[in-house]
Amino acid sequence: MPESTFLDSTELVLNMGPQHPSTHGVLRVILKLDGEKVLGTDCVIGYLHRGVEKIAENRTYAQFNPYVDRMDYVAAVSNGLGYCLAIEKLLNVEAPPRAQAVRVILTELNRVASHLVWLGTHALDIGAITPVFYCFREREEALKIFENYCGARLTTHAFRIGGLQYETYDGFEREVLAFCDMFLPKVDEYEELLTNNRIWAGRLQRVGVLNAEECKEYGVTGPVLRAAGVKWDVRKAQPYSGYEQYEFEIPTRENGDTYDRYVVRMQEMRQSVRIMRQAVEKLAPGPIMAKVPKVIKPPVGEVYVSIEAPKGELGYYVVSDGTTQPYRVRVRPPSFVNLQALDRMVAGGLVADVVAIIGTIDIVLGEVDR
Amino acid sequence: MANLLRKIFLADLFQGLRVTFHYQNPKYICTEQYPAERPKVAERYRGAPRLNINPDNDETLCISCNLCAVACPENLIVVGWERNEQTKRKDLTTFTYDTSRCMFCGLCEDACPVDALELTQDFEMAGYTRDGQIWDREMLEQGPQPKAYRS
Repeated sequence: MPESTFLDSTELVLNMGPQHPSTHGVLRVILKLDGEKVLGTDCVIGYLHRGVEKIAENRTYAQFNPYVDRMDYVAAVSNGLGYCLAIEKLLNVEAPPRAQAVRVILTELNRVASHLVWLGTHALDIGAITPVFYCFREREEALKIFENYCGARLTTHAFRIGGLQYETYDGFEREVLAFCDMFLPKVDEYEELLTNNRIWAGRLQRVGVLNAEECKEYGVTGPVLRAAGVKWDVRKAQPYSGYEQYEFEIPTRENGDTYDRYVVRMQEMRQSVRIMRQAVEKLAPGPIMAKVPKVIKPPVGEVYVSIEAPKGELGYYVVSDGTTQPYRVRVRPPSFVNLQALDRMVAGGLVADVVAIIGTIDIVLGEVDR
Repeated sequence: MANLLRKIFLADLFQGLRVTFHYQNPKYICTEQYPAERPKVAERYRGAPRLNINPDNDETLCISCNLCAVACPENLIVVGWERNEQTKRKDLTTFTYDTSRCMFCGLCEDACPVDALELTQDFEMAGYTRDGQIWDREMLEQGPQPKAYRS
């Protein structure tokens, strides 16, 4: 961002946030404006920093598990899955098939819930107020399944290292399938409200374009990358938790603008439903916990495991020094990396589009700041 | 041409409005009348902690093994005990649980070998003081006593 001079009357430096409702939390964006045009942006982050990575160094492996839910609190189950997989790799154990199937069901359900929050708030930012009510209504059904399964709606702490703590409850499969049946027509409804709406298309098409080359340059992952035409999904590229058994497609688009990211996420929700249906069929009786010692003491070593969280590639880099506490836990949060492309997407655009672009990256500030 | 007609007659607008008006039917209202009607939370809900007592002899189920305090990520459970000279077993004297720092992860509940400590379905735990959030043994055995709402 070029140096700003307040003497120059044509340029205006404007602080957006950290209390701005459309920055999805406590993001502060310093905008340099020339009339309605944005010349440059500067993100100020850290208002929600809680030192999660440092906390990990003072907790045992099992004790740190609930803290990861508080990073991306909209998709807590995905965070927990990534952490559990990392420690399982460090211990060289694998969760039993039943546990893996339940994990897939819950993470896909969480992907749907996360995308619903994104869709509702993104549409709200742009001025379509209705979808947020419908989205949160359907999300409620997903959260009810979480609550019935593990006793919490948002910060679930659903998985444990080596498998699951809780066996599924009576009617779990039935409720998941009922959700799938109920949900697909609702996606059509959202699309009816938005996809063909000319105001929606006019606000989103050719806004915040990020092409494939730029995406790779910035290390952007998730739907933002796929909307630019790159067919990259960790679930397909490096399958984990039995994702290689499920049939699903990676939705991609060509233009890499805000509208395409919207379309990609809508299709991803449909694919998640497809995976959930297959996973419910795969659910066979069996053990839910692998043989993991009561006191987890992994051998000396380091491990990097990444999964496909709803927002992109979520990675955990864990260093073990052979004690009961991790030596270092480093998280590669998708929101943080994707947010770095904001300047490139906004530059040259209009000030009203900044809100749309922040919404389309789908950031959760708890994860950006950690 | 079709596009122009859609533009003139605002087809996309009415398409969206159809969805909206479909949900004007009163049967879709699902507001919870919270204080008047308490919602039913899930059976596994992780809410207020409770220290269970044996219904047969009114003695505590806790065996003072301290496993919950070890499992707790926030170190908010303090278990006090003294050695009983006759039975050679540990007798529970005090048990404090700081609910203001608790994040209801359920690790203490999982660690308990005798199902003495349990996170219950009670969720109305608001108080006026910080000290009131630190629950002692008596409070843990009774559980929160929310008053009925009077309008």
